[in-house]
Parts: sequence; C-alpha cells; structure tokens
Amino acid sequence: MTAASPQTIFDVSAPGRRSSTIPEAGVGPAPAGAIPERLRRRTPPRLPEVSELDLVRHYTRLSQRNWAIDVGPYPLGSCTMKYNPKVNEETAALPGFRNLHPWQPESQVQGALRLLWETERILVELTGMAKVTFQPAAGAQGEMTGLLMMRAFHAAAGDPRSVVLIPDSAHGTNPASVALAGFKVRQIPSDERGLVDLAALEAALDGQVAGLMLTNPNTLGLFERDIEKIAAAVHAVGGLLYFDGANLNAILGKVRPGDMGFDIVHINTHKTFTTPHGGGGPGAGPVAVTERLARFLPAPVVGYDEGEGRWFWDTDRPDSIGRMHGFHGNFGVLVRAYTYLRSIGGEGLVKVAERAVLNANYLRKRIEDAYPMAHPGWCMHEFVATARRYRAQGVRAMDIAKRLIDLGYHPPTVYFPLVVEEAMMAEPTETESRESLDGLADALLQIAGEASSDPDLLHRAPVTTPVGRLDEARAARRLHVRWEPGAPWLSE
Amino acid sequence: MDYTPHTDDDVRAMLATVGAESIEELFSTIPSSVRLERDLALPGPMTEAGVVELLEGLARQNHPIDSMACFAGGGAYDHYIPAAVRHLAYRAEFATSYTPYQPELSQGVLGVLFEYQSMVCELAGMDVANASLYDGAAALVEAVNLAAGATRRDKVVVTQALNPNYRTVLETAGAGPGYTFETAPALSGTTEIPDLSDAACLILAQPNFFGCLEDVEAAARAAHDAGALLIVAFDPTSAGILEAPGVLGADVATAEGQCLGNGLNYGGPYLGIFATKKEHIRRVPGRIVGATVDASGRGGFVLTLQAREQHIRREKAASNVCTNQTLMAIAATVHLSWLGPKGLAELGETCLARSHRAAELAASVSGCSLAFDAPFFKEFVLRVPGDATEVQARLAEHGYLVGPPLGSVDPSLSDCLLIAVTEKRSPDQIEGLCKALAEVVA
Repeated sequence: MTAASPQTIFDVSAPGRRSSTIPEAGVGPAPAGAIPERLRRRTPPRLPEVSELDLVRHYTRLSQRNWAIDVGPYPLGSCTMKYNPKVNEETAALPGFRNLHPWQPESQVQGALRLLWETERILVELTGMAKVTFQPAAGAQGEMTGLLMMRAFHAAAGDPRSVVLIPDSAHGTNPASVALAGFKVRQIPSDERGLVDLAALEAALDGQVAGLMLTNPNTLGLFERDIEKIAAAVHAVGGLLYFDGANLNAILGKVRPGDMGFDIVHINTHKTFTTPHGGGGPGAGPVAVTERLARFLPAPVVGYDEGEGRWFWDTDRPDSIGRMHGFHGNFGVLVRAYTYLRSIGGEGLVKVAERAVLNANYLRKRIEDAYPMAHPGWCMHEFVATARRYRAQGVRAMDIAKRLIDLGYHPPTVYFPLVVEEAMMAEPTETESRESLDGLADALLQIAGEASSDPDLLHRAPVTTPVGRLDEARAARRLHVRWEPGAPWLSE
Repeated sequence: MDYTPHTDDDVRAMLATVGAESIEELFSTIPSSVRLERDLALPGPMTEAGVVELLEGLARQNHPIDSMACFAGGGAYDHYIPAAVRHLAYRAEFATSYTPYQPELSQGVLGVLFEYQSMVCELAGMDVANASLYDGAAALVEAVNLAAGATRRDKVVVTQALNPNYRTVLETAGAGPGYTFETAPALSGTTEIPDLSDAACLILAQPNFFGCLEDVEAAARAAHDAGALLIVAFDPTSAGILEAPGVLGADVATAEGQCLGNGLNYGGPYLGIFATKKEHIRRVPGRIVGATVDASGRGGFVLTLQAREQHIRREKAASNVCTNQTLMAIAATVHLSWLGPKGLAELGETCLARSHRAAELAASVSGCSLAFDAPFFKEFVLRVPGDATEVQARLAEHGYLVGPPLGSVDPSLSDCLLIAVTEKRSPDQIEGLCKALAEVVA
C-alpha cells in the first residue's frame, strides 16, 4: 500500500484537460428548441477534468489502498470471504452474456434463460426446495421477498398475521426487513448453549406469528440442533420458517434447509458461490421456496417447455407478490455463480462445507487458550471468541483487530453478534491453507501477549496503513459527504 | 476444479490438532434425522477449460446486441464503456474486497465512493448521495419510504410514464408499509399532475419512460403546495444538458446508473443512484461515506451516520439494505471522471441530435408516426401500423433491436415501440433502421 496523502480525483483536475472522446452527431444539430430553454442545464456539473493517465494512476493508487481477498486472508465472520475464481470473470464477460439487453425477446436469450433454469435445478437440489426466483439483488432483498411471500401466504389463507420471530443473534437485516415488510419483530433470546431458547420460543408462539427467521448454523457458528422441534412448533401455529442463507457454506450437501423444515430460503451468491463482493456489492440473493409457496414468487419465473425445447419467462402468475427488481435480477452475478457451481460440482460443494468447518475448528483450537470461545464444542464454518479478558488491561476487541492489521491480516468481525461481549467472529473459509491459518493464529497469539506487555502498541495500531484510526465521531458531527474545494475536513 | 488447498497431510494434521477422528465428527452437532444421507444429485466437477466451453456454448445460444444495432431502451442503454473503466473498476483490489467496515484497510473503496457521492450530487443538484442501491427500481422504493417518513403520509402518486416494472416493484414493496398508489395519467406523453393534497410524494421520471421531458418545476410547485415531496428518476447521461432535478425543485433524485460504465448484462448488476437534500440526510437508506482525519491529522474516509443502518438500528433502521452495488458505483465514478463536464455535455448533445434524426426519419416512414409531440432527449415512442411486438420481431430479423413495445403500459399503446438512440448508433445505422422499418411495415 502506498502512503501518499489522500487526494481525490477532483484535486488532480485541471480545467481544459480531458480523457473522453465522444462522436460528433454527424446528422446536423437537433432542431432548435428540441429542449426548452428552461430545461437546459445552466451550470455544468463540477466533474473532474483529467487526462487518461491521471485517471489510471489515481484509481490504481486508490485500489492499492485497499485490502482484498486477492491480497490476503479476510476472516470476517458471517461474510464468507473465500477465493473468487478468475474463470468466473471470464465467463461473465462473454459477449453472449454481457451484451444482452433486458428487454430482448425470449427467442434471442435462450442461453441466458437456460443458464438460469440450470442454476435453479442446482439450487433446488442443494436447498431441498421446489422453485426459485432470481430477482433479489442481495440477501436483504431476498429477505424482503420471503417476508412479502409470508404475508401473501397468510392473506391468501384468510388469516393475516402481524408478527415475525427473530433470535437475538440475528443479522441486523432480519429485523429491518421484518419492519419494512409490515410486521412487528418479536425477539427470541438465545439460551446458555447459544441456541434458540425453546421455552422462550414456545412462549412467543401464537396465532399472530407469521413465521420465524433463522440462520442455521446461527451467527455464533453453532448448528441449531433443535431445528426439528423449532420447525414443528412454528408450523403447529401455522407459521412459516425462513432460512437466512448467510451461513449456507457450512452445510452444503450435509443437510438441506428443506429437510430441516424450512419453507423459504435465500442464498447469498457472494458468500457461498464465490461471486466477488465488489467492495460491498453487487450480490445476488435468489430465493427458493417449497411447493406450497411457489405461486407467490415474484414474477416472472423461468419456465421450460419440454415439448418445444424452449425456455421462457412465465408471466402467468396471478398470485405472485409482484416484482422485486427492475429487470431479471443480477444476471451477471448469477453467471459467475453458475460457473462456480459447475466448476466444482456436487462433490466439490460437499468438500467446501467440510474444509470450511475443518478450517474454522482448526483456527478455533489454535487460539482458544488466548481467546475463549463464547460457547464450547465443535463450531461450524465460523466461531465467536471473546476478548473480554483483556478489558482489564484496557484492551478492546477493536484494538486487537487494529493490531492484526499491522501484522498483515484483515481482522475478524468484531462486536457482532451483539449477544457476546467483546465478540470476535472469525470465518476463515475453505480456501485458506493450513499455513495461512497458522500465520493468522500466530499473529492473534502474539497480540494476546502484547495486550499484557505493551497495551499501548495495540491502542496505537494500525501504523502500517495509509491512515491511522480515523475519527468516526468527528465524521458524523462535522458532516462532509461530498468533495469541497480545499478539503475543509482537514482543517476545521 | 477444486479451490480447497488442503493436502491429505494437512487434513490429518489439522484433525489431530482439533482432536477429531474425522471431518464427519465435526458435523456431529447436526441431528442425523435431518442429514442428507446421500450424495447430491448434481453433476461432478469439471476442468477449467471444460467449464469455459460449457458457458461459451450457452452464450452462443444468445443473440447479444453486438450482432445487431441496438436501439432498445426502456431503462437500459447501449452506451460506450471506455476501456479505462473496465481496467480500473474491475481491478481485483476493488472487486474482491468486502464492505469497508475497517476503514484503514479500505481507503480505496471509501475514497472512490466519496468521489461517487460528490459526482452524483453534482449531476442531481442535491446535497447528499448514498453509496448506491441495487438498481433504479430499488432507489425509487427507498425514495418512497423517505417521503412517507418525512410527510407521515402513505399515498404515493406515480406517473403513468414510468417503467412498468418499476411500478410493479413499488407496489410490491409498498405492500409492507401499506401504501396506496394512484396513477397520474401521461397518455399525452407527459404527466398531468393530479390533486396531491394527501400524498406523500409524486414520482416522475425525467426524461420519462416515453422519452419525453416533464415540467419538473411545475410538478415541484404542485407537490410542495400540497405538502408532498417530489421524487424524480433522472437519466445521468442527460445531466450535461438537462437541468438537474434538485435545481428544479425535486426533493429526492434517483437514477438507474447502468448507463455510466456498466454493461447491459441482461438487466443486472445495475446501479441504483439516490440523492436528496440535506434536511433528509437521516432518512437516507444505506451506506454514506464521510471525510474525516486520523489522530495525526491525515485525511481519510469512513462510513458515517451508521446509526441509520440495519446493523446498528435493526428494526428501526431507515432501510434493510446492506450489500449494495459498490462495484457498479466505482465503474460509474471512473466513467464520469473519464467523461468530465465537457464529455458529458457532448454525450448528451450527440444523443439528442441523433435521436431527433432517427425520429424524423422513422416518422416519415409510411404508416409510422411519433406518438407524442413533447420534447424528448434520447428516446421516443413510435406508433407503427399493427402490433408493435410483431414489428419488433421483424426488425430483429433485419438486425435491428428496438423496444420494448408499450402494450404493457397501456392497451392504447399496443401499436407503440420505444426507440432509443445512444451516441453509439451511427448515422448509417439510423438510416438502416428506418429503411428496414419501411420494409417491415410495407
């Protein structure tokens, strides 16, 4: 990483410089008055004026101020930062996929429809569900899709319901989606095992419960082993079970949401199926459902006419909740996911789960003397440790995270899940080698020693990055959310 | 392919460390009654060359627009993507990074997003932009939520001249909060503003779905007089020549940003652009990047005002959005930097002139006419003799992609087609399209 002072593209702009070449119209000017004067732009937008080399250097340098999977290990819990195969980028860039217009008639996009159809077949087998929508662009939009389907399901049964149950260890998107879908959140506590408290669940169930959202394995990295009892209890009051697919990586080919009793499943392709996170997106959040919910899926869904051997958009869906995406979802992301699924195949998917769980348990074992686990026993693909014992020395989980940066690693997720004090949540994924995990474990153990011997070293960290710890409180208090000449945020 | 790095020795040694007899033992917390006791019924692994061949085979079953002249529009456009955009935005340091929650390791992505927000504000004439949403439809959904929260009203008035898919998305998402929807008619090409007295917002598009230009200022006055907000979905490629929605009085500006350096990709991944005035900043959905300093006074960027967001605020968050479309926002930022203010204006002028040339020629074809008289920017509605879907299909046989047909917007438009003319459509292609049209409708 370069340590140059931060400079935006605006700061290298010089009036009159440019990169772009735009074709002249070559058809004469547009008729006078084509745009009424009062709709004409009066002041040009302040966009940067730069040469192409300025442009290339600026964004190349910025890219070098960024961590990435291609740079090093990225053990963020709940994020599944695994290797993104390069071949996925090659296939997604094929003109036959990249250069398809979303309004093209079905006859011109048979390969694209077939790709979605084949992907659906794989997801159906992996999840134990019946039918899939590809419209949701990310997990949270998948949640919203599933919750709106829950709403439609109960409404169709003449039994509208108002409450959705969520464990206290859930991702923040769960309760946010529940609220946006028009339901009230009823939170279920975790018990001392880190699992859904069955008694509390029983007590929370009544005829107003539309369903339960559950991540399994949960965000503590533990398998909800009572899942059959949970499913039976929720179903007994007429509720539905929603599977948050954030942690699907742990169980591929081992156990399927459908076999556990779930009715609705979303999948994060950018977690489980190696599509790049892109600095925060794009993702894709396909949603798979059981047969009894299929009629509520967003429309259209992909259909296949066996007689004619052609794929089509099935728009004849009178009970559909409607539509979640402006077009067909993040198709380009799904091409990458399909490429990955076919690359590693069924056996490869099982191996993914096995090696992800092995890696997590190995890392857990290597560090647990210094960082006790929130819950004992085997973990799945991730674990939650606690840095509580270092608080006495004034060292917080965030200090450990920042020191880890100086030692060459991206830190685990800290302070999540909220139910564990000084939480450090690590998910190494299956694509890290033993050497890589040893390096990370050694670094964490070194830091544990430093927490006692030199806590200031941790408080000062990171020192190897282009900037040190940034003043987030100041950022929120003196808001600068767009460029201004003279970079006033530096001086005020 | 197999992307797991473990040798047999690794597995043995690691199991010994964790104290398990087998990998299977690590899965023993899963009750056997729910376990999948068989192999997945899926194809086996393939070589990299094999999988490329497979995908190439599927790609060949499509007719990408490179094999045609693309005059299709309706919210997705064939604009030129500069080489620099692909080379820079898709650098692995950006593409394979995560959400910038550790700012010291994410100054690259945060820095670009700060620039992105700045550029969006400039295009839209707004004070604050977020770091992106899923697509143009999702941006409108969030804009409605903002308006409903700000006005404490739940009626949404939507122009008829809006992408019909967006309209469906709005109604689908609106089922949660329980919004009611009304349509402002636009069968004359532009929107007739109805009574907005108990409305949370009016939604317009500029240009609208028919390509026509709306009187945004008048709409803003009508909305504000009624205590409603004005939401305008604008076209970023028009922003060099058309007045910014914020300047004309819009309260929220949204856009589909595919046109800024992002491929067509059969509808996604695209880019939801969202910007508003500063009084609404605490209702803005999703991530916002702010500038600040570190302990030694060095400037840098962080995610800010996170108390709006789901990971902090949970069910009280402004939105449920988490993953967004950062990589598409990076592409848009590089693209806008490549364009600069002059390039953006020239882009607009070329689209304007060429679309008007195409409209003039197409309307001179016997039996064809422009559906509307209103001013337009890069896209127009052509009325054709007979069924528009049929004409679209016949034009495809001649190598011209047009559309979409507009019957789904209103039955009275079933003989109408959208025709979009970007800077990539040459004068020869425009003439070719109109010749083909003459043959097709003869």
